[in-house]
Amino acid sequence: MAILEVKGVNKNFGGLAALSDVDLSVQENTVHAIIGPNGAGKSTLLNCLVGKLMPDSGSVMFDGRSVLGLKPHEINQMGISRVFQTPEIFGDLTVLENIMIPCFAKRDGAFRMHAFEQFAHETALIDKSDAILADVSMADQRDAHAASLSRGDKRRLEMAMCLVQEPRLLLLDEPTAGMARADTNNTIDLLKEINSKRDITMVIIEHDMHVVFSLAERITVLAQGTPLVEDTPDNIKGNPKVQEAYLGESQN
Amino acid sequence: MLGLNKNDTTLFVVIIILTILAPFLLNPFPTESTLAQFNAGYPDLMEKFVVFGIFAIGFNILFGLTGYLSFGHAAFLGVGSYSAVWIYKLFTYNVLPALVLAVIVSGIFAILIGFVSLRRSGIYFSILTLAFAQMSFALAYSVLSNPKFNLTNGETGLQIYANDLQLFHRESLPNFPHIFGLSMGSTYKLGVGPWEFQFNVAYYFCAIMMILSFYFAIRLFRSPFGMMLRAIKSNQQRLNYTGLNSRPYMLAAFVISGMYAGLAGGLLAVTDPLAGAERMQWTASGEVVLMTILGGAGTLIGPVLGAGFIKYFENIFSKINDQVLHQWFAFLPDGLEDFLVAIVHPFIGKGWHLTLGILFMLVVIFLPGGLVEGGQRIARTARRLMNRDKAADAANVSAD
Repeated sequence: MAILEVKGVNKNFGGLAALSDVDLSVQENTVHAIIGPNGAGKSTLLNCLVGKLMPDSGSVMFDGRSVLGLKPHEINQMGISRVFQTPEIFGDLTVLENIMIPCFAKRDGAFRMHAFEQFAHETALIDKSDAILADVSMADQRDAHAASLSRGDKRRLEMAMCLVQEPRLLLLDEPTAGMARADTNNTIDLLKEINSKRDITMVIIEHDMHVVFSLAERITVLAQGTPLVEDTPDNIKGNPKVQEAYLGESQN
Repeated sequence: MLGLNKNDTTLFVVIIILTILAPFLLNPFPTESTLAQFNAGYPDLMEKFVVFGIFAIGFNILFGLTGYLSFGHAAFLGVGSYSAVWIYKLFTYNVLPALVLAVIVSGIFAILIGFVSLRRSGIYFSILTLAFAQMSFALAYSVLSNPKFNLTNGETGLQIYANDLQLFHRESLPNFPHIFGLSMGSTYKLGVGPWEFQFNVAYYFCAIMMILSFYFAIRLFRSPFGMMLRAIKSNQQRLNYTGLNSRPYMLAAFVISGMYAGLAGGLLAVTDPLAGAERMQWTASGEVVLMTILGGAGTLIGPVLGAGFIKYFENIFSKINDQVLHQWFAFLPDGLEDFLVAIVHPFIGKGWHLTLGILFMLVVIFLPGGLVEGGQRIARTARRLMNRDKAADAANVSAD
């Protein structure tokens, strides 16, 4: 069953057509990668899914409900979490607090006036946060300032912040951008584990083919704002149209 | 204790002790000595310390936690004062209903202003709040003061007249703001040798209000709600993509902050039963910004320190005149004395703003975390020196 259904989405910036007639169907509990050369519209498409951009036309359905016109927090409350291209975390807060915030969002909804309650009394949520920190092997950095973490750790923290909400759909925008090979492999392992353990559907935008082919079960190739092909990794590898999009016209 | 952790409890107890003992602590010089003019232990000034302390604590909840700089908080101060004085005029001099109305009305005001201003952030938010405050000032100063409908009594300021209704006022009650008959104006004077200490009802009433305000602020800082506000300052986009709606959080912080200002405004009318439009002017809004930054934005105790610091300068430095300076430098040769007096002259009396400006510059440049950071640095240095002494002692012992 398709959990995310994108149909006929168009988005123009001035005269530039960033997305034209994009269709995309993501099956539940799969890892779906979106690849394509620079400027193919991958990030624009992602921004249309999370409420940052509003498509000019078309529809985006999540679990049978339209997400168009909803605010980012409303889309998140439906069960869509997003990992950004550059890690977006709460730099002034501690690692534990960074994890606690999505916990509160999950339990209490988009707003709750808990001005006279005590942080220390939220033992259930603190335990849950500690567990997820152990999962991403950051337990020893629990009380560190998030801004002081290394880039790789910030990325893992952001991932943990998304996971602790138990989203149904996790959107990852180049999750290994700027990472060393070892960190990249760790991230791949982490994502594999998440996918097998937690029944989370994932949509990954990625440049690194190593990451894409290690994780994805389906791949959509985007070129100049339109989907070129959608297929399994093995078929994509040998597809001449894909090679053309990436490398230019073939010689023969 | 009271739901506070160990450090916060210590801080809270220290604040309570300091406010209770303030009449002694702020009055270190004997009445007849030449230094007596530096004494701050008289009711009028001590009341200002605690009232503006409340104002700054409230402002810090908005600015210190969320980073949204409101430049119009004086509007709530003024609204609080006017509300309190209207209770005096219509019903009773009892301060409790006056304060309740002050807080409620300023809260409603904050909802209206916050709802519009919070549609923007950064400098645009600041300008919107400034615009609202200046509009409130204009309303109070002229528009809402005409013979047909006189809400604010314009330039003169709102005050109590003999023919006011005062429905629940009785002959037996004091003709001044009071709490169940105990007049806010009554002062007990205690003479100890050459010293004279003053214990004033209004001061202690305001001090209790400040202690309560401070307690609530600590709880708010340490609550999940406080954490959300810090998250807004840190990364509002992330907060929205984490499923939290930052708008109601901001509005709640703005309204709480406005109610603190309203309480402070009401208390100004407790110490002196009148309200003037100048309380809403942009200079008053700027003052609370200075207090908070000078003391240390985002810290618990900083705003209170900043408020005390600025009010002390305003009231003490402005009183020093050339005559006093001549006394100080009298031991010098005449020419040198005149020369020094001429140099210091621009910085005292009416020039106290100049001194404050220089001090503010120094603090912002060298102590970006405000007076609190200064205190922390001193404490750290002291601890290091003590450790070094201990280490040296230990070395000596082992050498022996």
